Amino acid sequence: MRSVLAALCLLVATLAPVLASDHRGAEWEAMLAKARGQTVYLHAWGGAPEINAYLEWAGEQVFNRFGIRLEHVRISDAADSVARIQAEKAAGRTVGGAVDLIWINGENFAAMKRDGLLRADAWAETLPNRAFTDAEARPILLFDFTVLVEGQESPWGLAQFTLYHDSATLAEPPRSLEALASWIAANPGRFTYAAPPNFIGTTFLKQVLLGLVADPAILSKPVGDADFAAVSAPLWAWLDRVRPDLWRSGRVFATDTTHLRTLLSDGEIDIAMSFNPAEASAAIASGDLPGTVRSFVLDYGSLGNAHFLAIPFNANAAEAAMVVADFLLSPEAQARKADEAVWGDPTVLDYQSLNSEGQALFDSLSFGPATLPILERGEVLPEPHPSWTEALEQEWQRRYAAGG
Amino acid sequence: MPVLAALALAWPALAGLAGLGWTLVSATTEAAGGGPGGFDRLAAEPGLGLSIWVSLWTGPAAAALSLAIVATIMAAAPQGRSLRWIAGLMAPAMAIPHAAAGFALAFLIAPSGFLIRLTGSFERPPDWLILNDPAGLSLLAGLVLKEVPFLLLMAIAILPQANPERMMQAAIALGHRPGWAFLAAVFPGIYRRIRLPVYAVVAFSGSVVDLAIILGPGTPAPLAPRVLGWLTDPDLSRQGIGAAGALLHLLVTLASLLLWRIGEVIVAAFGRTLLSRGWRGPPDRLVRGAGLGLAGLVTVGLLGGLVVLGLWSVAGPWRFPDPLPQGLTLDRWAEQAGRLAGLGATSLWLALGSAAVSLILAILLLARPRAARLRMLILIPGLIVPQIAFLGGLAVLMLRLGWDGTLISVIAVHVIFVLPYMVFALAGPWQRLDPRHEQVALALGKSPAAAFWRVRLPMLAVPLAFAFALGCAISLSQYLPTLLIGGGRVATLTTEAVALASGGDRRLIGIYALAQTLLPALLLGLALLGPAALFRNRRGLLGGGEA
Repeated sequence: MRSVLAALCLLVATLAPVLASDHRGAEWEAMLAKARGQTVYLHAWGGAPEINAYLEWAGEQVFNRFGIRLEHVRISDAADSVARIQAEKAAGRTVGGAVDLIWINGENFAAMKRDGLLRADAWAETLPNRAFTDAEARPILLFDFTVLVEGQESPWGLAQFTLYHDSATLAEPPRSLEALASWIAANPGRFTYAAPPNFIGTTFLKQVLLGLVADPAILSKPVGDADFAAVSAPLWAWLDRVRPDLWRSGRVFATDTTHLRTLLSDGEIDIAMSFNPAEASAAIASGDLPGTVRSFVLDYGSLGNAHFLAIPFNANAAEAAMVVADFLLSPEAQARKADEAVWGDPTVLDYQSLNSEGQALFDSLSFGPATLPILERGEVLPEPHPSWTEALEQEWQRRYAAGG
Repeated sequence: MPVLAALALAWPALAGLAGLGWTLVSATTEAAGGGPGGFDRLAAEPGLGLSIWVSLWTGPAAAALSLAIVATIMAAAPQGRSLRWIAGLMAPAMAIPHAAAGFALAFLIAPSGFLIRLTGSFERPPDWLILNDPAGLSLLAGLVLKEVPFLLLMAIAILPQANPERMMQAAIALGHRPGWAFLAAVFPGIYRRIRLPVYAVVAFSGSVVDLAIILGPGTPAPLAPRVLGWLTDPDLSRQGIGAAGALLHLLVTLASLLLWRIGEVIVAAFGRTLLSRGWRGPPDRLVRGAGLGLAGLVTVGLLGGLVVLGLWSVAGPWRFPDPLPQGLTLDRWAEQAGRLAGLGATSLWLALGSAAVSLILAILLLARPRAARLRMLILIPGLIVPQIAFLGGLAVLMLRLGWDGTLISVIAVHVIFVLPYMVFALAGPWQRLDPRHEQVALALGKSPAAAFWRVRLPMLAVPLAFAFALGCAISLSQYLPTLLIGGGRVATLTTEAVALASGGDRRLIGIYALAQTLLPALLLGLALLGPAALFRNRRGLLGGGEA
C-alpha cells in the first residue's frame, strides 16, 4: 500500500510542475500581491545564534523583496508551539492563529498531520522553487520519519548525526559502539549526551538503538507493533553500562547541541555530537572551537533526516508564509544556509536540477577542516517511525531522570 | 468610574479564581485530557515524588536562610550609616531579574566558571556536580542571593516602626550583648511586620520556573517546570496531567507554607527558652563578623556575577582555563543591537503599562485603610498562589475569549504580580505621612481632593517614584506570565534570556542577562534621581518623611 502511495506521490511530484506551469506564474503573482504587508510569525528553535542570525537575514530579504515582515519566535521546543496550535483548535480558532510557519519534522509533524493541524492542500508542491528539488533521489523529502509528507510541509534542510572531537586531546576517536563504551569506561567524566526529549538526546538514543537492534526494519513500523521492552533492551543495557562513567557520573546531562559544544570547548568532555555535519567547522570559524577539532561517524552508519517548514491550518498570514517558505527554498537562500560561515546546514536542493547560476552559488562554497567529505559520511540510516520517539523518551525518563 | 475602579481592583482575584477554576475543569473533565485518569497518569509520572520533595523544601529553606542572613546583617549594623550603606548596595540588586541572578551565579561557581579559572590550578574543569545538582542546592543558592536584598530592603523600610532604639536600650540594660539584643528584642518586631513578604518568598521560591530551569535539578526537575512541560505538550492527555499537576502544586505550596508556620512556632518557642534560661547571646564580634561576611558574600555573588556576565558579553576567544578573555569586542552587542532594541521596547511598554495601572490601583487600595482584609484578597493571587497553578488555566481561558497574545492582555496579567510589591513598597510611607499636613490643607479651605492631589501625593513623590520603578522591575522579570499569556507573540528580554539558557551560548546569555538587568536598574536610578532634580528647592521632601 505504502509503495503504491509513494509511487503516486512521486508521479504527482514530477508531473505537477509540468501540468501547472502555464498558469502558475499568474497565480504566484497573485500570491505575492496578497502576501505584501503581512507579518509572518515563524516558530523556530532559538537556541543557536547562527540560525537566529540567518533568519534575521532572511527577514531583511523578504521585507525588501516582498514587503513581508518576518518575526522569528524563538522557541525552545517545537512541541510547545504544536500545543499552542492544538489549544487554538480546541478553542475553535480557525482563522487568525498565532503561528504562521513552523519549523518541524518527525513526531511533531506526525502529530500535527494526524490531528489536522496543518494546511493540507499540498501547498508545498506548488512553490516555484520546488522545481529545484529532486524528491525521487531523496526519499527523505517524501517521508518524514516514515510518515508521508504529501506536500503538507516544505523541505528546508538536511541533517545527519555526526560526532566530533578535539584531535589535540583525543587523537583517534572510537568508531564503534563497543569501542565507544570501552573508551568511556577508560576515560570517566569525558562523555555525555543531551537529556531527551531534547532532539539531539533522543537522536542519540535512536542512533545507539539502530546499532544494536537485531532487525532494524522493525523500527520503521509503529512501536505498538513491536515488543518495545525486548527490542529496546540492548539500548538500555548499553546506556546502563556507560552511565557511571559519564560526565557528572550521569547524574546531570547536557541540555542541547550548543551546550555540548561549550562543554567540549571548555575541555569538560572529549566527544560531542550534532545533527549538523558542518557544526564543528562553523564553530571553528567563529572561534568557539579550536582549529584541531575534527568530525567522525560511527562505523554502522548515521541517522539522517530532513527538516521542514509547515503552515498551520489557521495561519493568520498563509500567503506570506508560503512566500517565505519559497524564499527559504530558493538557491540563494539555500546556498547561504549551506555556507559554514553562516550556518552550514546542507541543502535540500538537487545540484543537477539547478541552472548554471544556481550551481555557481553552491560551487563557490568552501568547507572547513572539520567537515567530512560527503563520501566519508558513511551510510545514512533512516529515522524510525515517530511513535518510537515518545516511547524511547518516556523510558529514558523513567530510568535516568527519576532520581536514584 | 467607581464601578470601573472596583472591577480593576477585583481583577487580580477574579483572574486568579478564573484561572484556577479552568485548571480544575481541565483536570477533571475527560474532554480536556483530564478526568480521574489525569491524576492517575500524574501519579505514574517517573520521579514525581522527588519533584514534589524539591518543590516542598526549597521554599521554606530559601526563606529561612535569607531571613537568617538578613537578621545577621542587621544585627551586625543595627542602625546608622553602615546599614544605610548596605541598603544602598542592595537596592540595585532588587533590579536584577531572577534569571539574570541565576546566570550570574552559574558563571561564577560552575566547574568551568570564573572562580575555578581564578584559582589557576586546573588544566581542565573538574568533574564536580555543582550546577543543576539533583538535591537542588544550587537552586537554593540562587534563590537566597535574590531574596536577601528583597527582604533586607523590606526590613529596613519598616525598621522605624519596630522601635529599635528603645527596645535595644531595654535589652542592653538587661545585660544582653548588642547583637543579640537586636536579634532577640527588635527582629521579632520586624518579622511580624514583613510576614506577608516572607510568606510570598516561601511560596514563590518553591514554585519558581525560570530560575529552576537555569540552576535547578533536571533528573527530575522540580514540580513547576515539569508542570509547564506537561501543560505545553502537544499531546492532549499530557495537558491533562499538567492541569492535575498544577492543582498538585497548589497543595504543595500550601504544605510548604504550613511547614513554615510550624517552623515559626518552633523558633519562637526555642527563642523564648533561650531567653528564659538567661542566655546573653553569642559574642558580638561573632555576630558582627558573620553579618559583614554574609553581606559581602551576597554582594559579591550578585555584583561579581554581573561583572562576569558583562565580561562574557564582550569577550573575544576565552577558553578554559584562561582567567580573562584574550580580547574584548563589541561585535556581539552590535550584532544583537536591533533585536535588543525591539525586545527592550516591548519589555519597557509592558513594564510602564503594568506599573502605571498598578500604581493607580495601589493608591486606590491605600486610600481605603479600613479595607485591609479586602486588600489581602486582592494581593494573594500574585503573592501566595503559585503562578503555574493558575496561569495555564488563565491562558486557555483568555485564548478562548480571543484576548491572548496582545500587549494589553500581558499587561493585565503582569498587574496581578506587580501590584502586591507596589503596595508593599508604598504601605509604610503612606501610613507614616503625618495626617496633619492634609488637615492643615483642609483647615485652610481646600477640598479633600485638593488636599490629596496637592499635599499628599507630592509629599510622597519619592516613595511613589520608587514604587513605580520597583513595579517596572517586577514586570521586567516576569517569565511565565509573559510566556503563557503572550503565546509566543510577546517576546521580552526575559523570555529571550531564559530561552537562551537551553542553548548555553555564554556570550549571548551575558548580553541578554545584562540588558535584562540594565533596563530596571536605569528605571530605579531615574526614580531615585528624578525627584531629587524636581525638588532641589524642597529638600525636606526628599528625606522620605521621618524615616
